[in-house]
Amino acid sequence: MPSLLKATGCLLRRDLTVALRRSTDVLTPLIFFIIVVSLFPLGLGPEPSVLRTIAPGVIWVAALLATMLSLNRLFANDYADGTLEQMLLSPHPLTALVLTKVISHWMLTGLPLVLISPLLALQLNLPAAAMKTLTLSLLLGTPVLSLLGAVGAALTLGLRGGGVLVSLLVLPLYTPVLIFGAGSVAGTIAGIDIEAHFSLLAAFLTLALSFAPWATAAALRISLD
Amino acid sequence: MGLTVLLLAVGLYLGLFIAPVDYQQGESYRIMFIHVPAAWMSMFIYVSMAGAGAIGLVWNSKLSEVFASACAPIGASFTFLALVTGSLWGKPMWGAWWAWDARLTSELILFFLYIGYMALQASIDDPKRAARASAILALVGVVNIPIIHFSVEWWNTLHQPASVSKIGKPSIHPSMLAPLLLMAIGFTTYFVAVALMRMRNEILEREKHTTWVVQVLESKP
Repeated sequence: MPSLLKATGCLLRRDLTVALRRSTDVLTPLIFFIIVVSLFPLGLGPEPSVLRTIAPGVIWVAALLATMLSLNRLFANDYADGTLEQMLLSPHPLTALVLTKVISHWMLTGLPLVLISPLLALQLNLPAAAMKTLTLSLLLGTPVLSLLGAVGAALTLGLRGGGVLVSLLVLPLYTPVLIFGAGSVAGTIAGIDIEAHFSLLAAFLTLALSFAPWATAAALRISLD
Repeated sequence: MGLTVLLLAVGLYLGLFIAPVDYQQGESYRIMFIHVPAAWMSMFIYVSMAGAGAIGLVWNSKLSEVFASACAPIGASFTFLALVTGSLWGKPMWGAWWAWDARLTSELILFFLYIGYMALQASIDDPKRAARASAILALVGVVNIPIIHFSVEWWNTLHQPASVSKIGKPSIHPSMLAPLLLMAIGFTTYFVAVALMRMRNEILEREKHTTWVVQVLESKP
């Protein structure tokens, strides 16, 4: 029996390889993110000062939606081909395996969003300081989105209409992250000290990191009962 | 059950017809007697639903699962009632149907949580699995409710100037407090009564293939 570290390493490598072989799956949420953000100037007019005020909210909401869209990829394929069942049968704690899967999901959706966000910040005319805040706040916030989303994805596994259902379950839970993520960027623009925002985002991350994998594992056990 | 209905009627009567005599700030304050208990109930029911869900998960007891699923629609209706009465109250008081006030917003998010809970339950056919899955959702939600509430409160103070500050609340006189508490008790008894009725229905439906259900149904034409 391989050690826990080796097993999770294998799982991570496998998830990344599978995703990269089917790179459209990885790119779709990212493109969605870019398109949604680019639509707002078209709807609201190209006034730079307007764009600057709405930019934090728009980018954060788009990040929320893009993460949500990618959630069904988290477990659905493994569920369809039986890999998930094998994971449940493995001697390693399911919580650790779930956490590994969430990490790989974040590396494939959250991280690209973080990396592309400065470009969108430029597009929406954000000042340089706010750009840095945006990237950092997304870096802290997107893992929370993946962790909470995993609970929703596990609960709706194999249900009809799962995609829409996930949004109903998960979006209300995303509100604190949205408030403080977008708030930190808006605070930078307004020249307010934003240390509290970052502390709270980090607190959400710690909380989600300690509870979400556990809830996800329980939900997976129920879904595969 | 007749008793609970009676209690509710008394509570409503006291709240709507006896109490408003005392008001200085206009008749529209009357709605507080429905709004405040409804908002209390909306939170109380969510917590008891999550508690029942946890009991169901841990001890695998059927009754608490049935109770949790009976709670959700009642809680959602109370939340909706609180939102509607809040906005009706807000129109004459604030001059707007809706303000992004902290409590209103977190109540709205609570409503969304209820809807998600019910949607999850409705989309799983197996009642056992539905109860367990939604119990997990309720538990995740109950951890999140305080976080959401305080985030919204912070967000409100960060984003909005004091323009939507509440109209100075008069200190509550005992004559107003009494009907308020009576209404709260009335709503609670209403909740218990309706929850028991829903539970009875669900138990009958779950056990419809057993002989005792057939006997019960045959004895009542």
